[in-house]
Amino acid sequence: MKTLLIAEHNNQELKSVTLHALTAAKTFNSSIDIIVIGWQCDAVIQQATQLSGIQQVLAAQTEEYTHQLPENCAPLIADIVKEHNYSVVMATASTFSKNLLPRVAALLDVTLISDVTAILSPDTFVRPIYAGNALATVQDLDTIKILTIRNTAFPAALLVHQSPAAPIVNIDKNFSNDLSHFIKQELTQSTRPELTSAKIIISGGRGLKSAENFKLLESLADKLHAAVGASRAAVDAGFAPNDYQVGQTGKVVAPDLYIAIGISGAIQHLAGMKDSKVIVAINNDPEAPIFQIADYGLVGDLFKILPELETVLSK
Amino acid sequence: MKILVAIKRVIDFKTSVRVKADETDVETANVKMSMNPFDEIAVEEAIRFKEQEKANEIVVVSIGPEQCQEVLRTALAMGADRGILVKTAHTLQPLIVAKILRAIVQQENPRLILMGKQAIDSDNNQTGQMLAGLLNWPQGTFASKVACDNTSVTVTREIDGGLETLALTLPAVITTDLRLNEPRYISLPNIVQAKRKPIQMVSIEEFNVDLSPRLKILKVKPPEKRRSGIKVATVTELVDKLKHEAQVLS
Ligand SMILES: Cc1cc2nc3c(=O)[nH]c(=O)nc-3n(C[C@H](O)[C@H](O)[C@H](O)COP(=O)(O)OP(=O)(O)OC[C@H]3O[C@@H](n4cnc5c(N)ncnc54)[C@H](O)[C@@H]3O)c2cc1C
Ligand SMILES: Nc1ncnc2c1ncn2[C@@H]1O[C@H](COP(=O)(O)O)[C@@H](O)[C@H]1O
Repeated sequence: MKTLLIAEHNNQELKSVTLHALTAAKTFNSSIDIIVIGWQCDAVIQQATQLSGIQQVLAAQTEEYTHQLPENCAPLIADIVKEHNYSVVMATASTFSKNLLPRVAALLDVTLISDVTAILSPDTFVRPIYAGNALATVQDLDTIKILTIRNTAFPAALLVHQSPAAPIVNIDKNFSNDLSHFIKQELTQSTRPELTSAKIIISGGRGLKSAENFKLLESLADKLHAAVGASRAAVDAGFAPNDYQVGQTGKVVAPDLYIAIGISGAIQHLAGMKDSKVIVAINNDPEAPIFQIADYGLVGDLFKILPELETVLSK
Repeated sequence: MKILVAIKRVIDFKTSVRVKADETDVETANVKMSMNPFDEIAVEEAIRFKEQEKANEIVVVSIGPEQCQEVLRTALAMGADRGILVKTAHTLQPLIVAKILRAIVQQENPRLILMGKQAIDSDNNQTGQMLAGLLNWPQGTFASKVACDNTSVTVTREIDGGLETLALTLPAVITTDLRLNEPRYISLPNIVQAKRKPIQMVSIEEFNVDLSPRLKILKVKPPEKRRSGIKVATVTELVDKLKHEAQVLS
């Protein structure tokens, strides 16, 4: 049995989400190879050779893979899976792998299981459905298993420097792409930790009332070395960028501390944060559903509470 | 240009979902059902293309039980031109849905397919990408902005780090994200008018697609409940608890 892990990267560095998938891959007790697809991404390939538990690093570099678009990356992966007889393909459930892996699965004519939160046996998995209102245990009857895993359910593998480094196998398969064409990326610039790996997250909702006010959260976050999140309503209203959204259809997070400010606690929001270790809710409506899952609730006006919180934390 | 929109009937997003006592599935009897919210956004986008005279026909497809007619009627009342209902009593996995949709695409020859990024019942987020793969068409997933000309479509996508813009050669598959548009309200005259629009019924067996499931659902359980917490009275008390009781602040 052989597992193929898909490296997520930006041609410069390996993203930490890949380390969560590595932890999940290890539960299969099979040999694990990682594939790095990109262009001028030698640094990523080097990083990948250092990961503990990796047998081989498959490196597929051509200019056509620069933006890792699924139109040519999916047939490349499908081809490799067939040729090298991989029986498991996995990645962490991010927008990158959600875009890519279903296409791979279709080309291989197999099922894909998204957002796996537990691996019970090599063919039996648990995944949340209905915004986490139910957990389904499913058995995959296909010979090739393709999974995306929830980063919150599998801790990141430690970045230890494996020695000797895993060997690199160059893949010389050039799939061209005349279907899609990259124009640009506009990435949110931030010096704060990433939402999916932060220990503390401060999230704001419609209660913040404006983009201007939303900045109040940012100065608090900086004080606590926290990441900033948002509800859908806050993103829709333009208070925060789209990649801040936490929830059923946004990011799923489970930090040590999640502070929800001016967020009512709709089920779609809870789906993205209810596995946080400690949840704090600040809301002026004592009946807000967020209080039902909060460990510590503070009822009151956030515009009074936020400055007070900053003062107390500065002491 | 003809646009095909795939719409799924799901438990309404405002309804609280309960797992059946025998742990085989969630309760769907006497539960309010609606069009998947992402698919409503897809229908809305198709109609806007038609209003801009970039599209001349919108065909909506739903695969599922007889009652899927209701969501098709909703789409017709919003402004779609005709519906196709592929009847089946079974819950289908994304790959099978994608194969049925491929068969319909081969009959209908649309230039653009609009779908939701995710069905809010099974939360799979797969079908659009699979269909694009089966057809060897380009895909623009999680779209928050779409602009079309005769030969290509420009799609801005919501990705983990921010936004990405791609140009796709037509024909193409697009899956919608929440910020693409706000679906319109349906007026009474439109509901009445929609009753006269055609819905074609086909049985799923008419398609040459292997329907045997590749995934067995062994059990459906409710998630563990979080134990309920406490209310604190002041900011000082909150910070004290976070430091000394929960030990999540230093
Ligand atoms: C298909 C679909 C997918 C969705 N996906 C997501 C998702 O991924 N993530 C997500 O978050 N939502 C999602 N939603 C939206 C979700 O249903 C809710 O609409 C949303 O979470 C509400 O955001 P909110 O809590 O900020 O706003 P509201 O529900 O309006 O709550 C605002 C809260 O602020 C409080 N407040 C107001 N003023 C103050 C003040 N001065 N001081 C203190 N408190 C104050 C109010 O009491 C209220 O509780 C989705 C919805 C659909 C249909
Ligand atoms: N049974 C169905 N009938 C019509 N469209 C569907 C069906 N299932 C899924 N879809 C489409 O595929 C999208 C993604 O669904 P999923 O991959 O299941 O999350 C939905 O938003 C619909 O556009």
